[in-house]
Amino acid sequence: MLEDLSAKLELALKKVRGQGKITEKNISETLREIRRVLLDADVNFKVAKEFIEKVSVKALGQEVLVSITPGQLITKIIYDELTLLLGAKNSELEINPTGPTIILIVGLQGSGKTTFSGKLAGKMKQLNRKPLLVAADIYRPAAIEQLKQLGKSISVPVFSLEEKDARKISKEALLFARQNGNDTVIIDTAGRLHVDEVLMPEISDIKELVNPTETLFVVDSMTGQDAVNSAKAFHEKVNFTGIVLTKLDGDSRGGCALSIRAVVGEPIKFISNGEKLNAIENFYPDRLASRILGKGDVVSLVEKAQEVFDEKDSARLEEKLQKNKFDFEDFRDQIKMIKKMGSLSSIMAMVPGLNPAMMKDAKIDDKALVRIEAIIGSMTKEERKTPKVLNGSRRKRIAIGSGTSIQEVNRLIKQFQEMQTMIGRMKQKGFLNSVFNKKSFNFN
Amino acid sequence: MQLEQQNLLKREKMGLFKNINIDKLKSGLAKTRSAIFNRISEAVTGKVKLDEDVFHELEEILITSDMGVELSSEIIEDVKRKLVYESVRNEETIYKVMENSLTSILENSFTNVEYEPDYTNFKPYIIVVVGVNGAGKTTTVGKMAHNFYQAGRTVIIGAADTFRAAANEQLEIWAQRAKVSIVQKGSGADPSSVVYETVKKAIDEKVDVVIIDTAGRLHTKNNLMDELSKIQRVIKKLLDYAPNDIFLVVDGSTGQNAIQQAKAFSKSVNLTGLIITKLDGTAKGGIVFQIARELKLKIPYIGVGEGIDDLQNFDNSLFVKTLIGSN
Ligand SMILES: Nc1nc2c(ncn2[C@@H]2O[C@H](COP(=O)(O)OP(=O)(O)OP(=O)(O)O)[C@@H](O)[C@H]2O)c(=O)[nH]1
Ligand SMILES: Nc1nc2c(ncn2[C@@H]2O[C@H](COP(=O)(O)OP(=O)(O)OP(=O)(O)O)[C@@H](O)[C@H]2O)c(=O)[nH]1
Ligand SMILES: [Mg+2]
Ligand SMILES: [Mg+2]
Repeated sequence: MLEDLSAKLELALKKVRGQGKITEKNISETLREIRRVLLDADVNFKVAKEFIEKVSVKALGQEVLVSITPGQLITKIIYDELTLLLGAKNSELEINPTGPTIILIVGLQGSGKTTFSGKLAGKMKQLNRKPLLVAADIYRPAAIEQLKQLGKSISVPVFSLEEKDARKISKEALLFARQNGNDTVIIDTAGRLHVDEVLMPEISDIKELVNPTETLFVVDSMTGQDAVNSAKAFHEKVNFTGIVLTKLDGDSRGGCALSIRAVVGEPIKFISNGEKLNAIENFYPDRLASRILGKGDVVSLVEKAQEVFDEKDSARLEEKLQKNKFDFEDFRDQIKMIKKMGSLSSIMAMVPGLNPAMMKDAKIDDKALVRIEAIIGSMTKEERKTPKVLNGSRRKRIAIGSGTSIQEVNRLIKQFQEMQTMIGRMKQKGFLNSVFNKKSFNFN
Repeated sequence: MQLEQQNLLKREKMGLFKNINIDKLKSGLAKTRSAIFNRISEAVTGKVKLDEDVFHELEEILITSDMGVELSSEIIEDVKRKLVYESVRNEETIYKVMENSLTSILENSFTNVEYEPDYTNFKPYIIVVVGVNGAGKTTTVGKMAHNFYQAGRTVIIGAADTFRAAANEQLEIWAQRAKVSIVQKGSGADPSSVVYETVKKAIDEKVDVVIIDTAGRLHTKNNLMDELSKIQRVIKKLLDYAPNDIFLVVDGSTGQNAIQQAKAFSKSVNLTGLIITKLDGTAKGGIVFQIARELKLKIPYIGVGEGIDDLQNFDNSLFVKTLIGSN
C-alpha cells in the first residue's frame, strides 16, 4: 500500500508545483500546443494566430504561482481571455420597449434556422409574450409546412402566403401581427449561401423592410474554416446583431464561434442543443471556452491551486523544510491539500504532458491516502511533531487505533524518513527555493 | 485551367456527365479556385529561395481548407521531401509536387470511376443515405432519383425520416420533381417499417433502384445510431446482398467534426461512399482528405446547389486542382 509512496507523492507534488520535467516546457511550446488545439476545434487559422499573439503579449512578464507551470498559467490566461472574448457584449435578446419585437432569422442552408425559430417562439410564449412565426422561406421544399408543424406543436400562429415573394410575406406579416396583437414576430428565412447573388440582396431587402429589433445569424457549430467568410458576408449584408450556435448536442468543439466573434464582433445570444423544441439555452461563454480549448482540466487545476495554496501555509512549510523540521503534521497538511484539490490520481491526470505510461507506473491509490491520514490521525501530537519517539508499542497502538496493520504503520514511517532525506537533498539542490518562491498570481 | 477545361470537354464528349450540370461545376469550383490561386501566387512568387515562410503560407492554405493541422503538416513535410529531388524549385514545381501529394492521398481511398449502380447483378439495387442533421441528405436523394430516372431506371424512394417536421412533405416534393414513386408512413412511424415496405415493394414491382432517405442524426447519439444499424439489418433480411450502398452525406463547410462523423457512421453501418454537399459555396471541403485517410470509400457524387441537376461526379485531380488553384 505504501510502496514507494513518498516517491509518488514527491512526483505528484512536483507536478502540482510545476517543478517536474514537463513544467520545464516554455510557454512557446504550450502556445504551439494551444494553437493546435484551437485549429483542431475549427477556429479559423488567422483568428487563432492573432488571438494567441494578442493574449501572449498581454501575458508577458506575468508572474507564476508557485504551484503551477508557466504553461499552465498561460493556458489559464488564454481560457480567461477566450471566455471574455466570447462573452463580451450583452447576450440578452433585445426587446423593443415601444412596439413589436421583430426578430429576423438568417443563415446558411441547413444550419437550423427553422428549428430555432420554433424554439425561440416557444421560449417567447413561455415568457408570456404573443409570438408570431413568419414563413418567409419560399424556396426549400416544404419549408413553410415545416414551420407550420413546429408552430402547431407549440400553439404559436404561423403567417404564410401563397405568393412566392419573401419580401411581401415579411411585410404583410408585420401588418398581421399588429392586427392580431402579436408582440413578437419571428421571421424564418430561406437558407442561402453568402455568395448567392440573388438571395443575398433578398435578405437585405427584407431587413430594410421590416427593420428588425434583432437579426440573428444561425450557424452550425460543426462549421469549419469557412465560417469567417460566410459570417463576414452576412454581417456586411444584413448587419446581424447576434449569433445562434446550433447542434451543440454533438461533439463539435465549436471553434467557429470564436472565429465569428472575432471577425464580426457580435454577441452569441443562444445555443441550440437538440432537435426538440425545448433544446434552446442561453449562452455561457465559460462553457464554450472550455469546450473549444478542451483544456478544462488544466484550467480547473490552476483554479484549484489558486484556491488551495495558502500563502501562510506555504511560508510555514518552507520554514520547516529549510530547517529540516518537516514532521508528520506537515505531512498531513500536504495530504489534506492534495485532497482538497481532488484525488491524487485525478490531479496527476490533470497534469498536461504527463504521459499515461508514467501514470500507470505511478499508480496512486487514493485509498492509500485515506489510510495514511488515519495512521497520522492516530498519532499523538508529540509523535507527529517528533517522529523519532515512535517505538514498537506506540506503533502497535497506532495500528490498532487507525484500523491498519503494524506493517503499514512501519512502512509509512519508513517512507516518511525517506521523504525527510529527500527533502534534505532537495534543499541542497536549491529545489526549495524555487518551490517556495512565493509570487503573486495576477492575471491582469 | 486549360487542362481542366480540356478534361471537362473530353468528358462531356464521352457523355460521362450524363445528366449532370457542367456549368455549375465550372462556376462553382472556379469561385474557390481564384481565391486560392491568388493566395498561393502571393505565397511563392518572387521568392527564389524557398524559406520557411513559403511553407507557412502553404500550411495556411491547407489548414484554411479544413485539412486539419496534422495532415497539413504532413503534406508540407512530404512536399519538402519531394522538392529535394526537383532541380528547379519554383512556383510551378511546388504546385506540381503539392498536387501529386494531395492527389495520392485521395487515390488511396477514392477510385476515379463514375458511379453507377450495378443494375445487372442486383435488382433492386438498394442505396441508403445517412448523415448528421441538415447535411443535405433529402436534397441529395431527390437529385439522385432524378439522375437515375433520367438514365431510364425505375426508382422508389423510401421516406425513413419519420421524425423531423415536414420531412415527409419535403421528400414527397422531391419525388414529384424526379418523377419517381415514394413510400411513406405517418410522422412518428418506425423508420425500419418504412424501409421494409419500400424494399418489399421494390422487389414485388421489380424496381431497379431504391433510395432510402433517413433522418438526420448526430453521430454521438447511440440510440439513433442503433436505429441505422437496425435499418441495415432489416434490408439485409429481405435481400441478403443489400444494402448495396450506404452513403454518408457531409456538408462541405464542415470542419474537423466531419472525421468524427465518418468514423462513427462507419461503425454503425457499412458505409460505402461519401457525398460532399454545398460545394457551391466558398468552403473547400478539405475534410475529404482526412476522411480518405481513415476510410476506404467512394465519392459517387458531390452536391453543388439546391437544384435537381446540381449533382456532380467527383474527380480526384480536378478537386485537388481547384483546391490549390494550380493550372
Ligand atoms: N441535433 C441537433 N439538430 C438540430 C439542431 N438544430 C436543428 N437541428 C436539425 O438540423 C436540421 C436542419 O434544421 P432546420 O431548422 O431545418 O435548418 P434550416 O436552417 O432551417 O435549413 P434550411 O431552411 O434548409 O436552410 C433538422 O434535422 C433539425 O432537426 C440542434 O441544435 N441539434
Ligand atoms: N447550396 C447548397 N445547398 C444545399 C445542397 N444540398 C442541400 N442543400 C440545402 O441544404 C438544406 C438542407 O438540406 P436537406 O436535404 O433538407 O438536408 P438533410 O440532411 O435531409 O436534413 P435533415 O433531414 O433535417 O437532417 C436545404 O436548404 C437544401 O436546399 C448543396 O449542394 N448546395
Ligand atoms: Mg429552414
Ligand atoms: Mg432530410
